[in-house]
Amino acid sequence: MVAIAQNEPSSLRVREVSKSFPAPDDPLTRRQALRNISLSIAAGELVSLVGPSGCGKSTLLRLIAGLDTPDLGELLVGSEAISEPSAERGLVFQDPNLFPWLTVRRNIEAGLVARRVLREKRNEVGEFMRLVGLEAFADAYPHHLSGGMAQRVALARALINHPKVLLLDEPLGALDAFTRMRMQDEVLRLWENRRTTMLLVTHDIDEAIYMSDRIMIMTQRPGRIDREITINLVRPRDRTSESFLRLRSEILGHLHLAGKATDVSV
Amino acid sequence: MPWPMQLAVPIAAVVTFGIHLLFAKNAPALETHSYLMLFWEIIAVSIGLAVAQRFWAALRQWMRHMWPIFTAAILLLGLWDLITFGFHLLPLPYFPGPAAVLRSLISDRALLLDSTWHSLVLLLSGYTLGVIIGLVTGVCIGWSSSVRYWGMPLLKVVGPIPATAWIPFAMVVSPSAIVSSAGLVALAVWFPVTMLTASGISNTRASYLDVARTLGAGRSYLIFRVAFPAAVPNIFIGLFMGLGASFLTLVVAESVGVKSGLGWYVSWAQGWAEYGKVFAALIIMAGFFSTLMTLLFKLRDRVLVWQKGIIKW
Repeated sequence: MVAIAQNEPSSLRVREVSKSFPAPDDPLTRRQALRNISLSIAAGELVSLVGPSGCGKSTLLRLIAGLDTPDLGELLVGSEAISEPSAERGLVFQDPNLFPWLTVRRNIEAGLVARRVLREKRNEVGEFMRLVGLEAFADAYPHHLSGGMAQRVALARALINHPKVLLLDEPLGALDAFTRMRMQDEVLRLWENRRTTMLLVTHDIDEAIYMSDRIMIMTQRPGRIDREITINLVRPRDRTSESFLRLRSEILGHLHLAGKATDVSV
Repeated sequence: MPWPMQLAVPIAAVVTFGIHLLFAKNAPALETHSYLMLFWEIIAVSIGLAVAQRFWAALRQWMRHMWPIFTAAILLLGLWDLITFGFHLLPLPYFPGPAAVLRSLISDRALLLDSTWHSLVLLLSGYTLGVIIGLVTGVCIGWSSSVRYWGMPLLKVVGPIPATAWIPFAMVVSPSAIVSSAGLVALAVWFPVTMLTASGISNTRASYLDVARTLGAGRSYLIFRVAFPAAVPNIFIGLFMGLGASFLTLVVAESVGVKSGLGWYVSWAQGWAEYGKVFAALIIMAGFFSTLMTLLFKLRDRVLVWQKGIIKW
């Protein structure tokens, strides 16, 4: 197991953040993606963000990653304000976005090369490949990998930087149902192993209940947090247990209502 | 491999060679002799290979693939002989027969070899220079939007002018004809390489750059380890286009400026109405240029192994 902890997991706070973009059809008007959204995640917590598509989940993740800047409000990791992307906030997308010109090993090394620490930390590369079970594919190029394998490489690539926060933007969304369930266990194992603070955006309510400590439900655009549900089920969770199913119908009902409420306001 | 296929090449050689003998009475003896020797060699080698392929599977595979093409090439030689040397269907002395061309190739080999060498030096120095400058300008234009703003209009206006159109100035500006010719070749290469490098860099998938930034990448990593490798498939298209343009520019520059090289040789031989030599030079050029193209293809296959199975062109 990997036992090299450098960056302690960190808490994450989003305070009164708003973000708008120029409307694609009419560049003179701006469309509000997020309005006064606030949330906070404790260090080491695994939180899911669910909501209707287009509610600004990915926008929020990009703000936290530092890839975009908010119009208003502030974002904090620990006590530091987020102003630009950094290796301490890893991001994994739905598309693994592996660099196709690099082998699996070189992809995983990318963060070390980018931070110019490859020489000191080369030994970790092998450990991370083992952690995600890809030693045999070290010299394969990404187009030879299946979707699940590619996403495991993407996870290892993000984790090798020992991020304080790991942001997951529907990372399992493109996988088939079986691979997806296996990968959920895999991500949970990585999380339990490293206790990295994780924020998971997902469309899949089962996935959110199965994995998270807490679920935040977002409203239609402009997005804000509508409801938070703490999941107190003991892990590993049974997807068919009564309490699981009760939570599921509660969230489904809520999403449905949330959808209606915005319909009225529009 | 069936018998007729094994013997296709020697049979084609005998036929082509028979065509020549049919009309050989009025040909110079030396021409006929070298042409004959060539065919004896072809026949001997092809029969040797037909025997060897029985014991060597890789050779058999290669022959199976190449023999039809070789046979056709030899028969085409016979057709050429028939049209020119046989029935004089094309005006002489502009269209000599294959035997006369072969004779020129042999008799003038020293000068041809020397010319090829000079062309190679000029081409490679101009091409290398053009590629290096093209990569630098391409990366700058592709990456920086302010360089793109000022550079792109210039590139779009000046770039499409054929490099050869600059000849009147090139000859005046530079100290020696060799340097100005290399400069023209470089200019011809520079434009497509710049254009395609710039478009490759600026079209880098934004998500690759995003991922790299969240991995802690600084500007140099983003440019040289993300945008540049992402642009390499595009850059190779530029390299191929540049190579084609460089051949053209080389031949023209040599025939008007430098007094050496294959381009010069062609216009010199034309001046003496020695069209056999012109054809000989064309044959050398074909071999020379296609070898360089093949080398570039090999380089591309090696550099772009990561694309194997994704894109074919």
